[in-house]
Amino acid sequence: MEAGALSGRMGALQTTPLNAFHRQHGGRMVDFAGWDMPVQYRSILEEHKAVRQRCGLFDVSHMGEADVKGPDALRFLQHLVTNDCGKLFPGRVLYTVMCYPHGGVVDDLLVYMRAENDYLLCINAGNIAKDIAWMQGQAKGFDCTVVDRSPEYAQLAIQGPQAPALVQSLTKADLAAIKYYHFSRGDVAGVPCLISRTGYTGEDGFELYCAAGDGPRLAEAIVAAGGPFGLELAGLGARDSLRLEAGYPLYGHEITDQVDPLAAGLGWVVKFDKGPFIGSEALKSAKTNGPARKVVFFRTGDRRIIRAESPVLAANGQTVGRVLSGTLSPMLNEAIGSALVDAKALGAEMQVDVRGTKLPLLLVKPPFVPLKKAG
Amino acid sequence: MSNIPADLKYAKSHEWLKAAADGTATVGITDYAQASLGDITFVQLPKVGATLKAGETFGVVESVKAASDVYAPAAGTVVEVNQALEANPEKVNHAPYGEGWMLKLKLASAADAAALMSADDYAKSIG
Repeated sequence: MEAGALSGRMGALQTTPLNAFHRQHGGRMVDFAGWDMPVQYRSILEEHKAVRQRCGLFDVSHMGEADVKGPDALRFLQHLVTNDCGKLFPGRVLYTVMCYPHGGVVDDLLVYMRAENDYLLCINAGNIAKDIAWMQGQAKGFDCTVVDRSPEYAQLAIQGPQAPALVQSLTKADLAAIKYYHFSRGDVAGVPCLISRTGYTGEDGFELYCAAGDGPRLAEAIVAAGGPFGLELAGLGARDSLRLEAGYPLYGHEITDQVDPLAAGLGWVVKFDKGPFIGSEALKSAKTNGPARKVVFFRTGDRRIIRAESPVLAANGQTVGRVLSGTLSPMLNEAIGSALVDAKALGAEMQVDVRGTKLPLLLVKPPFVPLKKAG
Repeated sequence: MSNIPADLKYAKSHEWLKAAADGTATVGITDYAQASLGDITFVQLPKVGATLKAGETFGVVESVKAASDVYAPAAGTVVEVNQALEANPEKVNHAPYGEGWMLKLKLASAADAAALMSADDYAKSIG
């Protein structure tokens, strides 16, 4: 075996409130975007299958949270993001991206409306400092504030067909009344939570936001109650293979500051009708001209994983793109992934080279497996 | 603690070898290696009849995390490969010294096998 395959590395990593919990429960810790997080507990493949078949518990406390409040909060958010925040009402959540003026993506995020002029944003762990600085800069001239609340929160995701029953067993809140992309407040295992029917797996389930100090006891309570529901602790490895099977983008892969949301297949979160927003002119041009490159999802009919950065080749051997994400789908038992390819190359056969063997990219309109998320 | 059977020989590169009386030897990767790799998703093995030098790459083990070359611990000719790993590569994770064996070599020289590390020395090398 190559030594490099087995080595780890340590730096000054950030930790979530559940760091001791992960170690106690056998988590294998890795550096994820500067955070000390479990890539798996038992097995990435087993944790992935558990979420699809029963339920899994993820620590997602590394994600960032920010408050946007003030008389201009809505006007500012409409300027900042591509989706229409006018659709929000208290208890509703919106998935969107925010763009740079040239149309590239700053981050994808969730926007929660708690009340008039009172919004909570959930942003990616690796982008917290960048996003806060960007948003605070863009908020100048608007009568509202953007405040980083990330250190104050722990966040747990319970996902899978058994997830609602498991969480319901720990709360008096009526979970059936919380529809997909809606949220409520309630105590779960005695811990005050924002209960959000959202997730990154394509399954039904909840994301629970609580005070950072409450995170470990909430997690332990969920584990203690999880037996009858077949609960599995799940790490970031399974989180990645689940989201890729569901066709969801990961910032830094399918969306970046070099890829606009239209090219990334996220045109459905770009609402030109709501009025101008940062990047709207660039995106309108891109829509008129058509994108030069597009993100596609693929499978190969083979088990060899196609790693990120692998070149995508045309039949004549010319490079026409590169792979963005690749993994083995435990449900399909074949390699799946995403790639950024020249739009001109899309009509013809494309391949990747795995150690001398050419494998076809069989394009798939995601999701790779039927999604069973609520509603 | 990783499992390191006392009756096997080991290469620094985390392969094990079990020599038989008839001049053949079975080869696989160690418990330490499979645990470090995580879920193994694909094992690429050589063709029967291939000749290998000691230290030469004989195949690839792929996991969700990475693909890694595997090296022949001793020189020889491949007389058998473990076909079961094509459909069930996870056997390497579950039974790295048993059902997860990778190939059988006709050794070019019994001395090569004898020169490999003992279980104690391998245990020290992985710390």
